[in-house]
Amino acid sequence: MADLKIAFSPQILTTLGLGSCVGVVLYDPFIKLGGMAHIMLPSSKQIKNNSNKAKFADTAIDMLVEKMLDAGAVKTRLISKIAGGAQMFSFKGNNEIMKIGERNVRAVKEHLARHSIKLVAEDVEGKYGRTIEFFTETGVLKIRTIGHGYKEL
Amino acid sequence: MANENLKDIHFDILKEIGNIGAGNAATALAQLLNKKIDMNVPKVNILPINEIPKVFGNIEDLVVAVYMQLSGRISGNILFVLGEQDALKLLNMLVGQDIDSLSKLDEMQKSAMVEIGNIITGSYISALSDFIRIPMIPSVPAISIDMLGAVLSTPLTEMYYKGDTALLIETKFMDYKDHFKGHFILIPDPKSIEVMFTALGVNYNGGG
Repeated sequence: MADLKIAFSPQILTTLGLGSCVGVVLYDPFIKLGGMAHIMLPSSKQIKNNSNKAKFADTAIDMLVEKMLDAGAVKTRLISKIAGGAQMFSFKGNNEIMKIGERNVRAVKEHLARHSIKLVAEDVEGKYGRTIEFFTETGVLKIRTIGHGYKEL
Repeated sequence: MANENLKDIHFDILKEIGNIGAGNAATALAQLLNKKIDMNVPKVNILPINEIPKVFGNIEDLVVAVYMQLSGRISGNILFVLGEQDALKLLNMLVGQDIDSLSKLDEMQKSAMVEIGNIITGSYISALSDFIRIPMIPSVPAISIDMLGAVLSTPLTEMYYKGDTALLIETKFMDYKDHFKGHFILIPDPKSIEVMFTALGVNYNGGG
């Protein structure tokens, strides 16, 4: 949970059991380099203990982009796919923390746009968990759920 | 204030607090099911938040979780988590049906699960608040049935607002005859732990 990694083809990047968290994939199809971050919270600025930069949308996307470029990716070639941001519990009333999934998705999109990275596919929100696997060889993101089907992006 | 300041004596007191709450909850559950319900000695652990799911099982396991938040002078999170088979046994005992899959639960059966979580939490909290003489206010319970990691993501995110580690007071309820067990975990916010010790007259920050 709340980590970040990059890998070259033919490796597979995986995140298990995403709920309100958002899995962000960046990909440079030319050199077949993929990166994945598991984002838990929209912003590092709202939190005192923000040392683990991999868990916030703002800092994690910056870090992931940097790692990709260090490994030889070219920024204008980067594309992105995202999944997750579900609402796992519904409380009566308007509880902000219960909408954390939606807020994570919004923040991730905002920071991808800030880097001018094109979002090519998404499977977000809803009320169910997702396990995601990104195949660096083909650029396909596979999404498994319990009782809510299987998808390829 | 940090969880790291806690000493052995504090852990013992928190275990006793868990024991008082869980004893009352086990009695309530036993009455509800008309069965003998056992519980283990509560465990008290401080864990990095991202390691909490391991307490319950594997990230992709299908589970039922009933989640409540505490507010007031003692704030925190409460989770009652059951694996698929355990949840089905408990539910079938309660409603006298033969449900064989969690994904087929209807709204009635889901609310029966919520009600079990509600009864356990209510009795746990009321024993605890009598003991420390501070009223504790649980939220309306919410239920989620899905992969363990996904289900826990919301409560864990909530905890991250308060720190990188959390203190867990964990009790297992079980019925040996039908081999059913459930995990009940109280996760008081860091500042609330201090409030509890102060209420009990226990020196918290001193040399002790």
